[in-house]
Amino acid sequence: MSADAAAEIVRIVSTGDSALLIEFRQTISPAINARAIALADAAKRRCGAAVRDAVVGYATLTLYFDPLVVDATWLEAEIREIAAGMEEGPDPTGALVDVPVCYGGEFGPDLKDVATFGGCGEEEVITLHAESTYRVYMIGFVPGFPYMAAVNDRIAAPRRSTPRAVVPPGSVAIAGAQTGIYPTGTPGGWNIIGRTPLKPFDAARAQPSLFRPGDAVRFRPVPRREYDDLR
Amino acid sequence: MLTTVQDFGRWGHQASGVPVAGPMDVYSHRLANQLVGNSDTAAALEITLIGPELYVEGDLLCAVTGAEFVVLVGGHAVRHTSPFRAPSGASIRFGERKSGARATLAVRGGLAVASVLGSRSTSLLGRIGPFEGRTLAAGDVLSVGEERRFDDAAWSAYPMVMPRSGARVRAMTGPHDAMFTTGALDTFFSTRFSVTSASNRTGYRLGGTTISHAAAADILSDATPFGSVQVPRSGQPILLMADRQTTGGYPKIATVITADLPIAGQLAPGDWIEFVPCTRAAALDALRLQERRLTGRAR
Repeated sequence: MSADAAAEIVRIVSTGDSALLIEFRQTISPAINARAIALADAAKRRCGAAVRDAVVGYATLTLYFDPLVVDATWLEAEIREIAAGMEEGPDPTGALVDVPVCYGGEFGPDLKDVATFGGCGEEEVITLHAESTYRVYMIGFVPGFPYMAAVNDRIAAPRRSTPRAVVPPGSVAIAGAQTGIYPTGTPGGWNIIGRTPLKPFDAARAQPSLFRPGDAVRFRPVPRREYDDLR
Repeated sequence: MLTTVQDFGRWGHQASGVPVAGPMDVYSHRLANQLVGNSDTAAALEITLIGPELYVEGDLLCAVTGAEFVVLVGGHAVRHTSPFRAPSGASIRFGERKSGARATLAVRGGLAVASVLGSRSTSLLGRIGPFEGRTLAAGDVLSVGEERRFDDAAWSAYPMVMPRSGARVRAMTGPHDAMFTTGALDTFFSTRFSVTSASNRTGYRLGGTTISHAAAADILSDATPFGSVQVPRSGQPILLMADRQTTGGYPKIATVITADLPIAGQLAPGDWIEFVPCTRAAALDALRLQERRLTGRAR
């Protein structure tokens, strides 16, 4: 299947009376995710205030609207027209974000478990995590939490059976093929392997969320000293 | 005490994982604001189950709608769903709650608390909003603003009837209804669920019958609207409410219609809830009817 055929809309359906769900083929695919992002941007530009919010998922786009003002059938037709008019070829990617991480020790309580899972040493886990470039597929769970993929199979440890009550802010973690960064102290079940001094979310920033769907992320190991300096 | 400042909600930032928050019962929120001559979107207090004690500086015009609390101003009971004066130095005390779960206290001029990302709503989940996104605590001071829509406070209109011990809400099937057995859909629409104690502004965990998936119990995470009903692997449905996460990985069997979200927002742990299938056309009719009740005109 060509990349373009793969990125075609499979269905458009309601989620209640105030949201329209646009579904692509349900798989973790950069091309499909990029198409969802491009469609979100185009829909916001073309429909303006008619779209109250646009939320991209791994392989979906949801458009929120006021049903007393906007007709769902009209909105669906707009989306189909926009999609049909989209150019062939890959959709644009986002920014490249460098994320310094102090791996292991007190910052990586689950690094040992991930090493056990992978049948390798902790250093190898760090190498394998830091050598990949990850795609940010979506932001969700809490403000600023980036869902990124794809983690090297060797270290793609499943989420923990018992989540932690509180995960420290900045924790870098793995759950299967996904990797993410916890912005605030929330409960969490992913495997924590390090901590970044960066703040994924700050309401006072011009762009509150550090990450956006479509961004490319690289993790860079830094020693504790540098972590402290960057905070 | 669970009292938070809410306006119409924080829209435009769900793509950054910021919950919309806003009132659990937007009908009562709008009605309270109308009664004191504010625009619908003015910030007000949402008071859950147990009310605060407030002290007033400066003469205020207030109104309480939604859950029926005994409200005492300077020791005297005031009428519900009716504007009342709170003179400088008086206390406003919330006593016994007789029906509903959440009341709105609106003040003429609106609450002039800090606006974050364009809204004065409080998201406890996202820790975003006035007072660092937390519930109000003893000692907090709220300023009153200048926002006004009418020169005279508008008498109104129809309060919403509070649920006595539960409510029947209409819901549009889907979007993941195909992931459930036919039997499961029938069960969902014919069960009297209970709102368990693990229920709050984020969502209500429902007890009663478990709902069965046809095969997979997970989806790739997608957006989760107010009123959508997720069913995780356990089979125990979760009705997502005002302060829900923006996305989720559980299949959604149905979504409560917008017109019935206010009544759902008035349910407390221990109440029952039933779901009734509803088409989009009927959902829109219901919303238009509700709009006429609230504003006296069609929109």
